[in-house]
Amino acid sequence: MNRTLYGNLIFELSKKGRKGYSLPQDYDRTHTTAELPEALRRKEAARLPECDELTVVRHYTNLSHNNFGVNDGFYPLGSCTMKYNPIINEEIAGMKAFAGLHPLQPAVTCQGALEVYYNLQQSLAELAGLSEFTLNPCAGAHGELTGLMVIRAYHESRGDSGRTKVLIPDSAHGTNPASAAVCGLEVVEVKSLADGTVDVEHLRQLLNEMGGEVAGMMMTNPNTLGIFEPQVLEITEMVHEAGGLMYYDGANLNALLGECRPGDMGFDVMHINLHKTFSTPHGGGGPGSGPVGVREGLEQFLPTPRVNKVVVNYDGDNEPYEWIGYIIDWGTDSSLGSVGSFFGNFAVMLKAYAYILSLGSENIKQVGPLATLNANYIKECLKGDYLLPIGGLCKHEVVFDGLVDKSSGVTTMDVAKRLLDYGYHAPTIYFPLLFHESLMIEPTENESKETIDAFIDVMHKIAEEAKTDPELVKTAPHNTPIGRVDDVLAAKQPVTTYWKSIADS
Amino acid sequence: MAKFEEGLRYSESHEYIRVEGEYGYIGISDYAQHALGNVVYVDMPEVDDEVTAGEEFGAVESVKAASDLISPVSGTVVEINEALEDTPELLNEDAFANWIIKVKLSDPSELDKLMDAEAYKTICN
Repeated sequence: MNRTLYGNLIFELSKKGRKGYSLPQDYDRTHTTAELPEALRRKEAARLPECDELTVVRHYTNLSHNNFGVNDGFYPLGSCTMKYNPIINEEIAGMKAFAGLHPLQPAVTCQGALEVYYNLQQSLAELAGLSEFTLNPCAGAHGELTGLMVIRAYHESRGDSGRTKVLIPDSAHGTNPASAAVCGLEVVEVKSLADGTVDVEHLRQLLNEMGGEVAGMMMTNPNTLGIFEPQVLEITEMVHEAGGLMYYDGANLNALLGECRPGDMGFDVMHINLHKTFSTPHGGGGPGSGPVGVREGLEQFLPTPRVNKVVVNYDGDNEPYEWIGYIIDWGTDSSLGSVGSFFGNFAVMLKAYAYILSLGSENIKQVGPLATLNANYIKECLKGDYLLPIGGLCKHEVVFDGLVDKSSGVTTMDVAKRLLDYGYHAPTIYFPLLFHESLMIEPTENESKETIDAFIDVMHKIAEEAKTDPELVKTAPHNTPIGRVDDVLAAKQPVTTYWKSIADS
Repeated sequence: MAKFEEGLRYSESHEYIRVEGEYGYIGISDYAQHALGNVVYVDMPEVDDEVTAGEEFGAVESVKAASDLISPVSGTVVEINEALEDTPELLNEDAFANWIIKVKLSDPSELDKLMDAEAYKTICN
């Protein structure tokens, strides 16, 4: 984008009285506000920019050229944010037969859509090693809340209302304690060991102290450092013995996809982020989806509506035949009922199902192993220049603690900013909080060796620049439309409105 | 390098308390402000609020992260450092001079569970 020509704010392009539209002469501007109380009505016109259509089109088209996404270049945020969205997903979700559906239309008129919905429920159950899934929750955190509500409903159904505590490792995603709090449960933090894995002895101590009050434990495996919890089987057994249920946060499922299953590790309830592991868009780009799965015995608590398959066998006059249909199931009294509008984000489900079918049962087994291989390759190549706080194998993501040589004062923030100059999206920085200079890289399974090698070369180059020309790195980025922003000022005095030029014009 | 002021008591979650008579001034350590980076907001309780040892009483938000403030002792808030409302960066300038809350201690024996500067320095390194 040419910043000199097109770098203005839309407000700066405004010319008083210029319009890109015309309204009917008899348009009654008070019509829509007449019923509002006087106190809520505007006293003066909103200070909206006034531009002609072509100026508006050029302005936003040029801004859109500044986007950087996974379709533009290497994006080391990985599945944590969004992995590549195959084009076929969009094609399928955009098919008129799907896109034109209405959630209130009778089941008999949309059997195909219900079949897809049902098949996705079953596919996820198989991939997770659990019994049943609900596709209703609209995002990961919504799934967490729904899953915790299932856990609470389970305890209450047994008349065990004293279980109000949820154990959450201190390395967990921030949404875990937030979801527990929203569900009315009390969070108890389980400590981590130096390598970021759960401190099993501390867990044992907590269970001894408050076992009867524990509703369950939430875990992410691999954890936020990309490390597989080696004692996961012992952990799930201990919590079960204390009467609690195990919740699996599926945020990092990509690492395990096709290789091992949460259900087999002893988890009872989990959510899957379709917008992470199953390649649907995410991150300001559209609705998410956070299906929740449960093990056998918990199905009746799942929210409604659900979709079920019905098979009826008829004895025909000449030969028996089978009728297969899909029905909308409104559950029983034990169900949580509705947790959102209608069935959840159906278009997202279509994309996830397209992804599962595109890969097929054999190829999908390579997702986790390839994601793991790529992350470990980057780890081994970069550990000479970037401090690796935890050795050994990581899963789908690797966490460094800044540069090995910190003598020049170049921080993780500086490295991330310098990456922009080389045409890469910055990785996750300063998370997880276990280290001061966290730099978390997740390549996913989709990147070629050449792409990864090119990224590694740039990371080496930045480490070298940090030694030879630290100022260059500390003042990066230099090649982007906007240079280093003042994030302190932005946080303390955010300017979220702009009206000066309108007032002046 | 982070400074470790003698004569204060420190918690594992990086708060300090400077005890004066039956009152204590609670803030975050110099090590903590270094780790957090530029502080942009301090969320403080109100005067007369009760705080409990080991429980959250506010939060510090920096450009890197938001971090809970955990009270090292139990007691009643008698004063908050109002200067931090508009100039939270005072914590970066001098974390020990700029305490966050002043508390009337309800159980001074809790101080024994906290660390001195030497022991705190060991866990930071």
